[in-house]
Parts: sequence; C-alpha cells; structure tokens
Amino acid sequence: MALRGKVTIDWPLLASAILLSAYGIAMVYSAGQTDIPTIAAAGAWKRQLVWLALGIAGAFAMSRASVRFLEWLAVPMYILTILLLVSLLFIGSGAGTAESTKSWLVIGGVRLGQPSELAKLTVVLMLGKVLASSREPPKTLIDLWKPVVIVGIPWLLVIGQKDLGSSLVFVGIFFAMLFWSGISWRLLLLIASPIISLILTFSTQIWGAWFLLLLALVIWYKPYLWEGVFVVAANVVMGVVAPLIWEGLKPYQQDRLRVFLDPSVDPRRSGYHVIQSQIAIGSGGWFGQGYTEGSQKRLAFLPEQHTDFIFAVVGEELGFMGVTLALALFLTLFLRIIKIGERANDSFSSLVALGLLASWFVHVLINVGMTVKLMPITGIPLPFFSYGGTFMLASWLAVGVLIRIAHEGRGGKHGPFAI
Amino acid sequence: MSFHPNEVARRGRAAAFITTGVVFVLSGAFFRTQILGNRQWVLQAEENRLREIPIAAPRGTIHDRNGKIMAENVVGYTVSVLAQSEDSLRATMRRLARTIPLTSNQQDLALRRYRRGPTRPAVILNDASFDVVSVLEEHRIQYPNLIVLSAPKRFYPAGPAVLPIVGYPSEINETDLALPQYAAYKAGQQIGKSGLEKQYESVLHGREGSRFVEVDARGRIVREQGAPERKSEVGGSLQTNIDLDLQLYVAALFADSLIGSAVALDPQTGAVLALYSNPSYDPNRFVGGVDVSFFDSLRTNPLRPLYNKAVQGVYPPGSTWKLATAVLGLQENVIGMTSRMPQTCSGYYYFGNRAWQCWEKAGHGSLDLTGAIAHSCDVYFYQLGLKLGISRLVAGGLDLGFGAKTGIDLPEEQKSRYPDGMEYFDRRWGAGGWTQGGVALNMSIGQGDNAQTVINMARFYAALANDGYAAKPQIVKGRAETKRIFTLPASELAVLRNAMIGVTSTGGTAASAALTGVALAGKTGTAQTAALGKNKCDHAWFAGFAPADKPKIVVVVMLECGGHGYLAARAASAIVGKYLGVQPLFLMQTQGD
Repeated sequence: MALRGKVTIDWPLLASAILLSAYGIAMVYSAGQTDIPTIAAAGAWKRQLVWLALGIAGAFAMSRASVRFLEWLAVPMYILTILLLVSLLFIGSGAGTAESTKSWLVIGGVRLGQPSELAKLTVVLMLGKVLASSREPPKTLIDLWKPVVIVGIPWLLVIGQKDLGSSLVFVGIFFAMLFWSGISWRLLLLIASPIISLILTFSTQIWGAWFLLLLALVIWYKPYLWEGVFVVAANVVMGVVAPLIWEGLKPYQQDRLRVFLDPSVDPRRSGYHVIQSQIAIGSGGWFGQGYTEGSQKRLAFLPEQHTDFIFAVVGEELGFMGVTLALALFLTLFLRIIKIGERANDSFSSLVALGLLASWFVHVLINVGMTVKLMPITGIPLPFFSYGGTFMLASWLAVGVLIRIAHEGRGGKHGPFAI
Repeated sequence: MSFHPNEVARRGRAAAFITTGVVFVLSGAFFRTQILGNRQWVLQAEENRLREIPIAAPRGTIHDRNGKIMAENVVGYTVSVLAQSEDSLRATMRRLARTIPLTSNQQDLALRRYRRGPTRPAVILNDASFDVVSVLEEHRIQYPNLIVLSAPKRFYPAGPAVLPIVGYPSEINETDLALPQYAAYKAGQQIGKSGLEKQYESVLHGREGSRFVEVDARGRIVREQGAPERKSEVGGSLQTNIDLDLQLYVAALFADSLIGSAVALDPQTGAVLALYSNPSYDPNRFVGGVDVSFFDSLRTNPLRPLYNKAVQGVYPPGSTWKLATAVLGLQENVIGMTSRMPQTCSGYYYFGNRAWQCWEKAGHGSLDLTGAIAHSCDVYFYQLGLKLGISRLVAGGLDLGFGAKTGIDLPEEQKSRYPDGMEYFDRRWGAGGWTQGGVALNMSIGQGDNAQTVINMARFYAALANDGYAAKPQIVKGRAETKRIFTLPASELAVLRNAMIGVTSTGGTAASAALTGVALAGKTGTAQTAALGKNKCDHAWFAGFAPADKPKIVVVVMLECGGHGYLAARAASAIVGKYLGVQPLFLMQTQGD
C-alpha cells in the first residue's frame, strides 16, 4: 500500500534518533575496549552497525507504508506475535546477558531474535486499533475488557518467559495509551490501584493507608456498585496475594528486588551490579574519565557493559555532561513524539505514537534508573544504546512508523521543518 | 477515543510534563551520584582496582663485638598470588603445581595465609629458588595474578653456631597476631620467633614498603603503578658483645661429642662473650618456613636441640653451688676462714637416722674452708648447712639471685627453680613431710629443690669474680647494670678465690683444667639427677673465672649426663685459654668431683 511520492520527513524526530544511535554505537565500541578483551563485547559495535543499517532500511520501508495499511496489519500481526510468544514457552532459550530468560526464538540452533520486541510494536498497533474504534474513551471497568485482554495475553506470555523487564513495558504501554485515549484519571487510578496495592503490600501500614484512601476515592467517584466492589476486592486480593507471588519468584528475582531495597545485602552477588554501576557513574564526575578510558569498564568491574549497563559507561567516561546530553536527546525524541501524537490526523495514529513513546519511555526510565539505583535491576535494554539486534531493528521500525504518522499528520502537511 | 484538539493538546501538555519531569528526576539522580557523591565513588573505584603489594623490609643486621656478621640478608624470592577468592587461589595453585614443585602442605599454608589477609597477596613460596623463578617468568602470561618479588632473606653465615643467640625469624601466626605487641603487624609478615630476632623485633623489623598494582575484576594484574608508593626501610642493626671467634670455638668444642651448654661473660660488665647450647641446628633452615620433616626430626630428637640449654634448661647445680653456701656462711659469720667443722670427714656424716655420704668414701679428714672447696668435701658443707639453718640458706640463696631470672636479653630465659620461702617445703612435701635438717643438708651441696640455669650460675660466678657485684648478662651492647649481691671483706674474698684456684691446682678436683701462666679459679660439680625416666645420669658442671686475680672472663660449662665435673672443667679451660690466648695444661687426670 505504499504511497507514491516523497515522504515528508520529520527531521527533529529522525535527527534525534540518528544522534542517539550514533551515540549508542560509539558507546558499544567503547564497551568493547577493555584491558583484557571481553569476547562478547569486543566486536559488538560492528554487528550493531549492521543492525542499524538494517533498521534504517526498515524504517524507510515503514515510512512508505500508509497508516491505514498498518491498521489493517494490526490484527494478523498481533495473532502472529501471540503465536510466536506461545511457541517460545516451548522452544525459547536464553542468550548473552539474558541467559536466564526464554525470550529468544531459536530454530535449528539459529537465534532468530526476540519476539517480545516485536510484541511491543504489535501490541501498540492492536491496542491503538481497539481504542480508536470507539468514539468515546472507556467509561467503566467493563469497557476495558478489550484493552485488558489485548495487553494481558502477551503480558502473561512475556512473564512466562521470565522476562520481567519487558512485562513492565506492556504495563507502561497500557496505561499510557489509556491515558491518551482520554480516559478519566480517576478511572485510571482505579485500574492502577491493584498494582499500587501490590507494591505497597510490603509494608502493611502503608498499604492500610492506601486502602483507606482508595475507599474514599471509590465513594467520591461513585462508580457502579459492582465496579466499586471489584476494585476494592482486587486491592484486597493483591494485598494478600503479593506475599504468595513473592514466594513464587525465582530466587534471583527475589534477590534483585531485595538488592533494590538494600544493595549492601550481598555485594559480591546480587548487589554487585548496582554497586559497580554506581562506582562507574559516580567516579565520572562532571566530564568523565575520557572516551574509552573508564577504569571500571576497562578492568571489567562493570558487568554487562555493552548491554544492560551501557549507560554506566556513558556516566563513567563522559561524565555528567555526557549523561545530560543523552538524556536531552531522549527528551527531545519523547517531546517530539508527543507533538506528532497531537498533530496526528486520526486517533489510531495518535494512539500508536503515544504507545511507541511509552515503550521507549519505560525502557529509558527503568534502564537508566537502575544504573543509579533508582529502579530495581530488571535486565531491560536502553533503546539505541544497548547492544542487541532485534531491539535496534524494532526501534528503527518504530521510528519509521512515527515518520509516516508525522507525514500524514498536520505537521507533515505543512512542510518538512514544521515543528 | 476522545479526539477533540483541545483535549488532545491538554493531554499532550500533561504527557510532556510527566516525561520532562521524569527525565529531570533521572538527571537529578545522576547529579547526586556524579557530582555530589563523586569523591566517595572515586575512592571506591580505586579500592576496586588497586591492590597494595607489600615490599618486605630487610631486617637489621646483627654483629659481634668486632663488627663481624652474625645475621645478614641475602637476595631471595617470594612467589605470591593476588587471589579474588579461595577457589581462584586453589585453581591457580593447582595449575602452578604442574609447572613448579609445590607440595600440598605449601598449598594449605598459602590458603591459610589467604584467609588471614585476603587483601594481601597470598604467599605461596616464601623462599623460591632462582630456578623456580626463571620457570615462572617463562610462563608469566599464563598466570596474570602471580607476583614474584625479590625479597630480602635472612642469612646466618655461622649457622648452628650462633642459633642459641640469634634465634630465627618466621612468618607471624594467628596466636602472635592476637598479641598486643604485634597489633601493627599484618598476616604474612615476618617476625623474630626466638633469640635476639624475637627480643629485638621492634629494632630489627624495619618498615614495610608498598606499591600498587592495578587489577581487573577477576584479580588479574593489568599494570603496575610505576614507582613504589612507599619505600621499605631497613631495620636497625644490633651490635652485640659476642666474640664470634670464641662462639665458633665453643661450638666446635662441643661438636658432636658434648651435649650441654657453655656461657662466657665479662664479669665486670655482664657482656655475654659466648653462649652456646648443643646440639644446635641451622637457623637458615627455618627462614621462609621450615620443612616439616626437618622440624619433626628436631622435635623428636632425645637430645632436645630445640631447647636452649643455656637459658631454658634448669639443672641441679651440684657442687658449684657450694660457693654460695660458703659465701652465706662467711657473710653470716657462721664460719671463719680457718674454722673447721666439728666432725671430720670420714666419708660419711651421720644425721638423723641415716649416713650422708661424701663423694670421697675414704674421707677428707679435717679441712678448713679452702680445703673443703678445693676437694669439694660434702661433709664439711653438710655441717655448714646445718649451722646456717635452712631458713638462712633459702633466704640467702634468694638474695644471691638463685630464685630469679638474670634478665639476659633472650626471650627464652626461664626462672631457676629455687624455694621461694620456707612455705615452699610445706607445699612440696606437706607439713611435717620434711625436716629442716634434711633439707638443709641437701641444699648445702646444691642438691634438693634447687635447679639453676647455666646463665644464672654464670651470673653468680661473675659476682664471685667481681667482689660481690653481679652484672646483668647482656648480649647486645648497652650500659652495664650491676648489683651487689653479697658483701665480704677482701681477705675473705681472697680466701674463696684461692680455694677456687686450688680446684684447678694439683690435687684439686679439676687439676687437669689448669692453664699455662694464668690462674683459673673455679668449681666443679657433678649433679645427681632424680631418676629421669630410665636415664638416670649425672650432669657435669664447671663454673669459674680467669685470670683469678684480675678476672676477664667467667665461664660456665654444663654437660648433660656428662658424668664427672672435671670434663666440664676441661672444656671451660679450653674456652678460657682460647679467649685469653693461653694453652690449657692437660697434664694429669685426677678423678674427682
């Protein structure tokens, strides 16, 4: 369904994506520069460069595909994604720094990629299609059954692969797109309340306070009786179920959560990652130790320096200035996507833009946050930075989609540099 | 969805606000870590990557009175591993054992060292040979966490001859580490374990230096940090009073045939000229860790080479102690120079319901003090003991220093065994289990509850040579410390001296120990030991000084199970002759005590 003619390119978007990718590959190169070579990281930048080229080609192709075509594609793609995710439960395997997960699709010994990265894209498309199909945003909990199912199925499947990080991304996409669809914030809060309950249940007092607040909220909001009962019941269940879920977590997952709460628990094992990352970042100072010169990285104290902890390399070698530059580029990208979402011609395009933003946003928040002990370690990559083929490709496909949306939106029609 | 432009714009503002806010929070977290916490994290980064490699300080040298070397340092090599964990240390050693000889005992030791100080390189070989070092240098690449250092190694040129004086250093152990005087020490360091090495540890030790190496996360040494952070400082040297030539002579004299000890002092200053205990062993074999089988052979040797017989062993002094009885008798005016005892010596003295023997069964007849000393007449001294009474004997002996240490600068010195008062006998034998007379008889001839170190006897004879002034024996040069332990008029001192000259004169008990041209004053002793298991034997003693009129040297020789005292006297005579440069006269042999 490619349209003829030139696609108006949203330059702020493309430029920030290209700059982020260039920055990222430069850091992947640096991550390979260690005193005693680390085989996994040494040549990674070359492979990453190939993936970037593939990604840009993919983005070009995506920008040629009309949004209507994507909308039409949403259902079959979603079904395919679900099938792939289900198959992973049986044939999935771990790889590289994510060895304990089952998120890799391997056929005949060849790693084909991580379907969960594809799922982030297709869930956004599918959820956009469903939310755009009704004129009004969901008003009651019952209205939400479709979005819940659309996100819930892949979410559960991803959890089944023990990929905690990706599952959080789906949660982020879900809430961001509901928010963008115009749902009332009170309803949003009610939906989110069981999750908040789950988090707060670790402290009985805080959970109790939250529960009282929620009751007040329910009375004030005056939902249908069964809705109110459902929300309250869900909160109670979460409060009670949480410890059981805790029991169900793998020891390493428990460790990660525990270490998040107190990294000094066992610095040699679980806390090691956070502490080494903090040492790397903290010793960077204003301007860092110099590109490729970071000692924590060079001497291999920093784990997973070319994947999950690549941002610690930025912090160590380029200092607060390098960190600020990277965050500024991300912020530019995010704000530009919001602008694209605002100017989109139709609700589907607008929702998709916001969904893609949410996906990246959660990645950045969790990945960058964990390097400075702001977030638990969940093994989630940093878009455009972390080494990883599928993610780079998926990110650039998303850039292509966004370019197309911008092209079809109001901004695109009024000239290439309209900001 | 609700898609009114105004609403979308409102949501867009909210989204932009949230996004920007989160990015600023992230940025703030980085500011806190990178800018505010910078110093702390930089320190941690250095702690991460820098490992301190200690540079051992050379111990101070030890010299004899003429500057001759008794202990010095030679070049040695240590091999250590900078280990991350016990497992990695084990793995490295397992691989090393294929390349160089490495016993399982050495591996266990290295693991123990690692556990004691995990941040320091764990020493695997304390004293690696040059061959081993060259092999390791060839395989350098395979062992990135191996540290080969040239380290000063203790060396004693005279080996066994000086061991009883210098002792040896060794690696500090857990027990020592717990002691307050070693609070500043770290596991893996060397400390003096015995002898002067231990006594003067604080002087000899020096100050350890250090340098830093950069390691990676697996503990592999990546690069060395140029110049040493701190240079090691050599320990202070010791100037001793020892006459190394005399010491070597004494050691050669004992050689393989004599078991026991000899001590030579300068009577005026207490300067220790020679101090030897035989059999000895080579302290060089203890440097850098002793071989287990060698140590076991020393430990199980019935002649007890690990035991310093000059300062640790206590032996009944036998007749050498009669001079103490004589001094007390004169001091208390119990006897005069010419007084004789009521009962002449017929070979026996009847006291209580038994006959107390004199060593000369034919008897000595009637003797004055001079004769009694020259002939070592037991019967004379039995009666002198009774006249003095046990309480005066005990108290007087304590005043003469027989119940105390001499204070010689050797950590091994043991207190001599001597009753600390009259209550002692009640404790020992039970109230009523002893009689004052019986005990006094035994004590008067140096038997009974009286066992002296060789060095303590030397101190007493130095006082005899020095008009009652006892000098504290000192190995390391220092200010002499003398103390008057008895006061006798010059005439009485002369009598005692002449009596002791009589011992080495024709007819005396050690006539064969005489020297040409120099009068040797002394006293023999044949100490009977209570049954030492099956090996009941007599220790041979000689204590004396020369020249008798102007003493320059005091010598005490004690031969374990050496039989008759004259044998000890001959050894002493040879030592004195060597020191004074005169020939001993082994003219005639008199059997005697």
